[in-house]
Amino acid sequence: MTDARPVPGTAALRAHSPAVSAQRARRWGAFYYAEQVLRVMKGYSWSIVMYSVGVPVAYLFAMGVGLATLVDSQGGTAFGGVSYLAFIAPALLVSAAVMTAANEFTFPVMDGFKWRRTYYGPHASPLTPGQIAAGHIMAVTLRLLLQSAIYFIAVALFGAAPAGSAWALIPLATLAGLSFGLPLMAYSAAITEDKGQFALVMRFIVMPLFLFSGTFFPLDSLPLAVRWIGWISPVWHGTELGRVLGYGYQEPPLLTLLHLAVLAGLAVLGWVLARRRFALRMGQ
Amino acid sequence: MHNEAILPSGTRSGSPPSRPIVIAAENLTKKYGDLAAVNGISFSVPAGQSFGLLGPNGAGKSTAMKMIGGVTRRTSGRLDIMGLDPDTHGPEVRAHLGVVPQQDNLDEELRVRDNLLVYGRYFGLPMSYLKPKADELLEFAQLTDKAKSKVDALSGGMKRRLTIARSLINEPRILLLDEPTTGLDPQARHILWDRLFRLKEQGVTLVLTTHYMDEAEQLCDRLIVVDKGRIMAEGSPARLIREHSTREVVELRFGSERNTTIAAELDGIGERLEVLPDRVLIYADDGESALEQVASRGLRPLTSLVRRSSLEDVFLRLTGRSLVD
Repeated sequence: MTDARPVPGTAALRAHSPAVSAQRARRWGAFYYAEQVLRVMKGYSWSIVMYSVGVPVAYLFAMGVGLATLVDSQGGTAFGGVSYLAFIAPALLVSAAVMTAANEFTFPVMDGFKWRRTYYGPHASPLTPGQIAAGHIMAVTLRLLLQSAIYFIAVALFGAAPAGSAWALIPLATLAGLSFGLPLMAYSAAITEDKGQFALVMRFIVMPLFLFSGTFFPLDSLPLAVRWIGWISPVWHGTELGRVLGYGYQEPPLLTLLHLAVLAGLAVLGWVLARRRFALRMGQ
Repeated sequence: MHNEAILPSGTRSGSPPSRPIVIAAENLTKKYGDLAAVNGISFSVPAGQSFGLLGPNGAGKSTAMKMIGGVTRRTSGRLDIMGLDPDTHGPEVRAHLGVVPQQDNLDEELRVRDNLLVYGRYFGLPMSYLKPKADELLEFAQLTDKAKSKVDALSGGMKRRLTIARSLINEPRILLLDEPTTGLDPQARHILWDRLFRLKEQGVTLVLTTHYMDEAEQLCDRLIVVDKGRIMAEGSPARLIREHSTREVVELRFGSERNTTIAAELDGIGERLEVLPDRVLIYADDGESALEQVASRGLRPLTSLVRRSSLEDVFLRLTGRSLVD
């Protein structure tokens, strides 16, 4: 027992007043929560880095050295006159960000609300549910930026990012990740019973989007019956925009704007819905 | 102060009236659809008091706590925490509070000490304050040697103490504890009570819910007995027992089949008889003489016990049900 010790509050140490706490939380609350998520991520930073480095190297090697050799030897112009690797590199970058976002905005959200209820700790503090959602989003955004930067370096080393604007693939992939991840976050926040929904999302949404979004071949080589998957897919919009930035792919400027609008629109819509869902669920 | 106006009459027992009211509720109501989880309760808590909400599971205690904690909006009624309305000034109200929820929600992936640091950041507290404060609180919670452990390596009692340490990181003057010792073994409960008692001695206002009468008796200066969202009685533990029960109770067991049939034969002994499935309770000011009367009628219970009345008896009297089923 530690009976001789002063009990809390009697030491010279003083916290600032509740009014100051509330004022700071109102202004910086989302950052405070982002700090928490990043601290948790730090616990598995090694696997984050290995994943961020390993995945691009594996894909670029398989596609760039293996498949590309075969495709490029056909000498076709199907890929706008660039190497097959330059053609798929933006798609790989965007897809990787979307997959990471799909992971970060499903299980951890369920963990926050149900499994370990980690959202309810900060919820009892001056933070608001909207700030908790925002903090989670900010931390994942940072992770996506880091991962995309590593991926981009790998792509550049493989010589698959010829255009001067190719670096913009980093924020673009991050935006694409959010445009898919944030609506998914809103959905995750609405799930009260885990019946394997997330596994279904991965298998029947994330995988088809990866395969049928003009990733490995131009979308218009697909029959019209499945081409719509691409049109509604953030992966396709991100990939097409990525090709413009990555190797100067030619498309009508309006279409480029449309890609950007779809990605930004989905991300904003997802954020608004997630925020509302967080407030509803925590306020019960 | 406007809070004085809604202080219910007859609640001044046990607390000097000079202390400011820190929590005031008037007709506080929370409905989920047609179900009223909290159905128009009124109470007020002066600074430094240890105030309890005693009632069975599902009585509405936790819902009331969530409204006080500024995380659930009320359906109707008035609520003032430190003169602020939690529905409009949530962050300001929550900045005043320390909260120990019913279910632990520690960051299991973080280390013990980091849990305190991270939580302190939510109040915008600087690391220069938080680091020594975290060490001080770990000492208080008897967790100093666990500072670097992962949370999932802690026992239930340790997690609970860490949650209490966490709730104190902002030096709150009001501490809300929802079922603080549920699920803990007796030794862990006593350690926890000791820590809470120290906080009380320092003048921290404690508001706690419990369905353990011994906990309420140990920690509460004053309490409300809640059932089905309503207040059944209010007062200090001693006063509640005095008003709603006799001084002593005789507990008799005749075997599960005979308990109900024996009641008629016990008629007239003590002030009141309560027949439960497993035992018969005789309420009497003198338990021993009541027990002698039982024996003089030729009745031979399998076991008999004379004890002091408790809050459990108060609850039984008020609702006809036990606290813990």
